[in-house]
Amino acid sequence: MTTLLTRLRDTARLMVGQPSYDAYCAHMAEQHPDQPPMTRMAFFREREQARYGGKGGGRCC
Amino acid sequence: MKHIPWIVMALIGAASLAVIGFSRGEQISALWIVIAAICVFLLAYRYYALFISSKVLRLDPARATPAVYRTDGLDYVPTDRRVLFGHHFAAIAGAGPLVGPVLAAQMGYLPGTLWILAGVVLAGAVQDFIVLFISMRRDGRSLGELIRMEMGTIPGTIALFGTFMIMTIILAVLSLIVVRALAQSPWGTFTVAATVPLAMAMGAYTRWLRPGRIGEVSILGFIGLILAIVYGQAIAASPFWGPLFTFTPIQLCWILIGYGAVAAILPVWLLLAPRDYLSTFLKIGAILALAIGILIMAPPLRMPALTQFIGGGGPVWSGALFPFLFITIACGSVSGFHALISSGTTPKLIASEADAPVIGYGAMLMEAFVAIMALVGASILDPGIYFAMNSPAAVLGADAASAAAAVTAMGFPIGAETLIQTARDVGEHTIVARTGGAPTLAVAMAEIFAHVFGGPAMKAFWYHFAILFEALFILTAVDAGTRAGRFMLQDLIGLAVPSFRAGTSMTPGIVATMLCVASWGFFLYQGVTDPLGGVNTLWPVFGISNQMLAAVALMLGTVVLFRMKQDRYAWVTLIPTAWLLLCTVTAGSLKLFSADPKVSFVAHAQRFSDAAARGELLAPAKSMEEMQRIIFNDWVDAGLCALFLAVVLSLAFFTLRTCLAARRSAVPTTLEVLPDTVPAE
Repeated sequence: MTTLLTRLRDTARLMVGQPSYDAYCAHMAEQHPDQPPMTRMAFFREREQARYGGKGGGRCC
Repeated sequence: MKHIPWIVMALIGAASLAVIGFSRGEQISALWIVIAAICVFLLAYRYYALFISSKVLRLDPARATPAVYRTDGLDYVPTDRRVLFGHHFAAIAGAGPLVGPVLAAQMGYLPGTLWILAGVVLAGAVQDFIVLFISMRRDGRSLGELIRMEMGTIPGTIALFGTFMIMTIILAVLSLIVVRALAQSPWGTFTVAATVPLAMAMGAYTRWLRPGRIGEVSILGFIGLILAIVYGQAIAASPFWGPLFTFTPIQLCWILIGYGAVAAILPVWLLLAPRDYLSTFLKIGAILALAIGILIMAPPLRMPALTQFIGGGGPVWSGALFPFLFITIACGSVSGFHALISSGTTPKLIASEADAPVIGYGAMLMEAFVAIMALVGASILDPGIYFAMNSPAAVLGADAASAAAAVTAMGFPIGAETLIQTARDVGEHTIVARTGGAPTLAVAMAEIFAHVFGGPAMKAFWYHFAILFEALFILTAVDAGTRAGRFMLQDLIGLAVPSFRAGTSMTPGIVATMLCVASWGFFLYQGVTDPLGGVNTLWPVFGISNQMLAAVALMLGTVVLFRMKQDRYAWVTLIPTAWLLLCTVTAGSLKLFSADPKVSFVAHAQRFSDAAARGELLAPAKSMEEMQRIIFNDWVDAGLCALFLAVVLSLAFFTLRTCLAARRSAVPTTLEVLPDTVPAE
């Protein structure tokens, strides 16, 4: 049940361009332990700009 | 043995199709179409998508995808396929699959249904899947870059330019739909206008109060939307506020142009992002609700299977079934725009090549299902109401009585009092000549939702809910599209003037934004002032351009298959390419060279030029100035069609050349990016 809810939440967030912050932290810890990861806030802003800044291309007709 | 359930499904699907295809004169239930569609889609997925994956593309689940070998937790993230399916579907599904089928219903429900089913299985889903595959094997690059890699720089630039033009037309036609839906409708205008301050409040909330809480802020926003719809009725009825929110189409056109220019330069967190949350979740919710509503209500189809307009002469859009039906339903059957999405964020998120069929092929089948629901929606209405809403005012006259008489004369008997009552039920002054598809779908959705929840008293609420849901995501598309168009334009101009590229300074960005708004604004204004309603003119241009982009994407697919030395399977992309080229080149040529002024822009311009030379005024022009404007618009539209033809034919030439070169080579020449050549992040 919790996995289903988590998956639904992840789906809804990815629909508006926000990937999982936990996955990002896991990646940083594994691959770049020397660099501090972005905070949850900074991550949110960074992804927001990436999706809506225009470079990501338009949404569909 | 494992095939037995699928054989049973094939039999059920065939039986449903037989019911749909051979019923004449008696009404059948909409469920037959739904069942047939589900069977066709599942079978196509089980057999054709599998065939493409294993034989044609030879997907390799062991091969690392960009999400794996480039993983950075941001753009490149290996994502669960169910989560990614939702992401991809939300990105491809928009207003297109809702509007096209509604317009296509003027020929009856049968031609549209068959084209959606055949088109998606053989063309649309194939295109999405194969572009996703190509991009996934090349670092998740975009369509323009892929064409440049596999076909050369010139074709890449032509494709980029074509894409920008298509974007312009899409933005214009989407805005036109909003204008048609909101004109003279204070209730609708108020609710849509209310989303702007509402979204800004949400933006402030996610910025300062509770950063990143998307779910929370979306629920608050949704409550705000419902309140806006509920209070919209009182606002519309108020003698003070009502007139303040009542606009003519031309006023709305200028408001939208101004809105587009301002919204595209505001910071994204303030308006675009929060409204995108609302429109995305509302879109998914409304689509699910519509599916459930149709299943519960099981409405009969009141539109005939075929109408007399299959030979041409229909009031909603001009031209005969071939080729114009196949460009009227673009999204839902095959949509070139999806090639941009399939080579956008999705290929960077896919965790394994084994997930590609369900994302690429499966999500497009889902969109076709949305198109089927829209077609069902338009077909459950009384055909009299359908034609009274979708014919231009020039055909219908000014009021319900003249509209009822005109539609009855077409052979769809309806009384003026039915039109007036329907308008009253949905809380509007009139439903006559509400072209563009969105209001028709809203009436149908109100019918279905009110049947399930709330009864007839709720119809007006549901109608405005449906209008709001469509307007909301169209406005989001306008805003996001203007931003994307701005970057495309900066890239294009940057080819000649490098200092115009993005990131150098503020000015080029603002100039490019204004140019972009001016180009779609021009076509919007032209559509709004078009005496035939605009949709009549612009939708076919949009359809032609979108299908041409699809043809371009499928040509890229063909090139890649040849370069992979998979020639013997090239028919998978060649057949849909050939069909799309046939439809779009025929349609484009008819728009230029047909002798019928209703179909051809050139013939129409000449008819008006001749009259103007004689000093005559032709209806609907009321002055020489208007005559000149009609002539000018015709030539612009004709020029645009010629331009699209030139783009697609030149790319066809490059495709042929590249394929022949690939055939001469004994070994694969395709330029895949190999995972182990890319350093890990």
